Amino acid sequence: MIQEFTITAFSENQIGLLNRITNLFTRRHLNIESLTVGESAIKGVHKFTIVVRATREQVEKVTKQIEKLVEVLKAFYLAEDEVIHQEIALYKVRTESLTQSNRFEAIMREHNARILELTPKYTVIEKTGHKEDTQKLFQELDQFGVLQFTRSGRIAVTRSNYEYLTAYLKEIEKFNEQNS
Amino acid sequence: MKKSENQTTLTITGAEAVVKSLLEEGVKDIFGYPGGSIMPVYDALYDYHDQLHHILVRHEQGAIHAAQAYARVTGKAGVCIVTSGPGSTNLTTGLADAMMDSTPVVCISGQVAAGLLGTDAFQETDIIGISMPVTKWNTQVTKAEDIPAAIAKAFYIARSGRPGPVLVDITKNAQFGKLEFSYKPCTFIRSYRPFIEPDISAINQAADLINNAKKPYVLFGQGVILANAEEEFKKFIEKGDIPAAWTLLGLSALPTNHPLNVGMLGMHGNYGPNLLTNECDVLIAVGMRFDDRVTGDVSRFAKQAKVIHMEIDPAEINKNVKADVAIPGSVKDTLPLLTERIKQGNHTEWIRQFRDLYKIEYEKVISKVLHPESKGITMPEVIHLLAEKTEGDAILVTDVGQHQMMGARYFRFNKTRSLVTSGGLGTMGFGLPAGLGAKIGSPDRTVITIVGDGGFQMTMQEMGTIFQTGAAVKIVLMNNNFLGMVRQWQELFFDKRYASTELINPDFIKLSEGFRIPAARVSERSKLSEAIDTMLAHQGPYLLEVMVEKEGNVFPMVPAGAAVSEIMLEPKKS
Repeated sequence: MIQEFTITAFSENQIGLLNRITNLFTRRHLNIESLTVGESAIKGVHKFTIVVRATREQVEKVTKQIEKLVEVLKAFYLAEDEVIHQEIALYKVRTESLTQSNRFEAIMREHNARILELTPKYTVIEKTGHKEDTQKLFQELDQFGVLQFTRSGRIAVTRSNYEYLTAYLKEIEKFNEQNS
Repeated sequence: MKKSENQTTLTITGAEAVVKSLLEEGVKDIFGYPGGSIMPVYDALYDYHDQLHHILVRHEQGAIHAAQAYARVTGKAGVCIVTSGPGSTNLTTGLADAMMDSTPVVCISGQVAAGLLGTDAFQETDIIGISMPVTKWNTQVTKAEDIPAAIAKAFYIARSGRPGPVLVDITKNAQFGKLEFSYKPCTFIRSYRPFIEPDISAINQAADLINNAKKPYVLFGQGVILANAEEEFKKFIEKGDIPAAWTLLGLSALPTNHPLNVGMLGMHGNYGPNLLTNECDVLIAVGMRFDDRVTGDVSRFAKQAKVIHMEIDPAEINKNVKADVAIPGSVKDTLPLLTERIKQGNHTEWIRQFRDLYKIEYEKVISKVLHPESKGITMPEVIHLLAEKTEGDAILVTDVGQHQMMGARYFRFNKTRSLVTSGGLGTMGFGLPAGLGAKIGSPDRTVITIVGDGGFQMTMQEMGTIFQTGAAVKIVLMNNNFLGMVRQWQELFFDKRYASTELINPDFIKLSEGFRIPAARVSERSKLSEAIDTMLAHQGPYLLEVMVEKEGNVFPMVPAGAAVSEIMLEPKKS
């Protein structure tokens, strides 16, 4: 059964690693729905959050291949119900068209969105939520004419208490002490 | 003239650091081809030619195949060195081959100066990008002071865990730059864990399955050889009294005449090993990855059996065949732990089933090709004679195709690391340069390279290298004037429509003589034995062209997509 999975990988900061990771999807003909990369809480350790629609078996195999990469510290995959995730979206709308409408306040309240910048020419609105939520707001705002729209990739935390990476780093340090 | 004479300081160029780093890693032989972006390193090599033996190949693909074979026979990492652009792109087939067959190879490529990166400079290629999917690891070095650490890391990664090819791309400015040289071998990378602690509870579970098995069956692969675990493996199967069959790359890990060696798995493997895969009750896979050429239709592969998978690469576990018990780790560590937990086995009846099926295969297939009634020489006859005359002590190198399967089926092996072949990638053109690499790596052993008339012509320029080095490679060219394996498929599955498989060949004898390598042609059975004797007795390299029957086939055969138990001993009557 094809479903949505979030793959999280922690890695060293190395040129080309992103390529190596995306190659693993390309060669299996898997499409990446969303991809977010940035430094994790641990300095020098980068975190990849990859959303993919595939079977559990496919995701399990590709995750193992990611973890096999020399510079990857740890990779794991989680099903939809195992993560709490968010995306952020920015909307740029003509201010004039907003002020002419009496629906604007209601839309902002309903969607729990906020205004980042307001100028006589345009207004920049921000919303965080799941993709469906940010998409819904896009449709509402589009009646005023959205000048620009952009959505980030997913970020996610796990529902479990276990902090995968910290435990793992401790484990390898111990291993290194024993073996060197 | 020696440039660095009387040098007291340790400040050296990046180029010299490359050479010194290789020496620190214990490298003795390297295969390569010079060019613009690697010239500083070649200039440094000039001063070290007495310590580092450089073999000038005729094409970079030849360099890497030779380095692969060198690695396979010695157990050390093979090294090759090339220039930027075409020099490095010519490596890619060999990188892909080494990646598939887990061969430790360290490739050093020159690159344009860092300031020119991304400008489409002369002979600039993004070899980091190109080689990414076909290397275990690669890196680009743009500063002289980073060279020793990059090379140390490269060797560590290439050799440890599941071995593989690595590439270090060094920009020209880094080769010219200066550094304070000191070398520290790499022994640890935080994000890379090649050692896996044996999982004792899994091993106990496996022992339990084996101790209660009526028909246990071992499939072994190159993992046994790569881990240097041949002795541990033998002890395991002997204590368990378990019949063992090999994958193509596992061949020679267990001597051919070992009583528990029941033969080859897979598409052109032996009858019993394939058939009984679907009859055993416990299947123990040791250092192998269930390639589709081994499993046939994987949905009908050993479904009745409990599967124990011992494998160093965790990504291979449950990839193709689900394991009931997974034992990740080096078989060098895990096999002894399993052996001490199993009971002395006795499976005489079960092993007899393999012997009985071998008798059928012998009658229907083997005796017919070894003692043919037809006039034409068969490939198995040639291989069989080569095996007899070298008494199982030679290294056999093959190219890809029918002769390769025949080599695996009919040669004999007493020693490990004695078969060098392109398994996973099936690279035609591998055989000749690999023969050279095997001989350089193992100068005291007889090295026989068998090639077909197709594959030989893909890399035959390496005849020049063989002559120049004097490497005594015995080249047996089995000529059927066809791309034999493809022709066999056309015969069996494409209504004998021989599309583009017939070869009108050059005169291979004159060709060989043109390369100054003595050669002979034999087309009559009565002269074959003597011709082989002459070849083996010759001091240097030698080419023997054997005219074999044009339309010989390799049987048995598991047709693509069929189950292993559907193995055919002869073509279906249509």
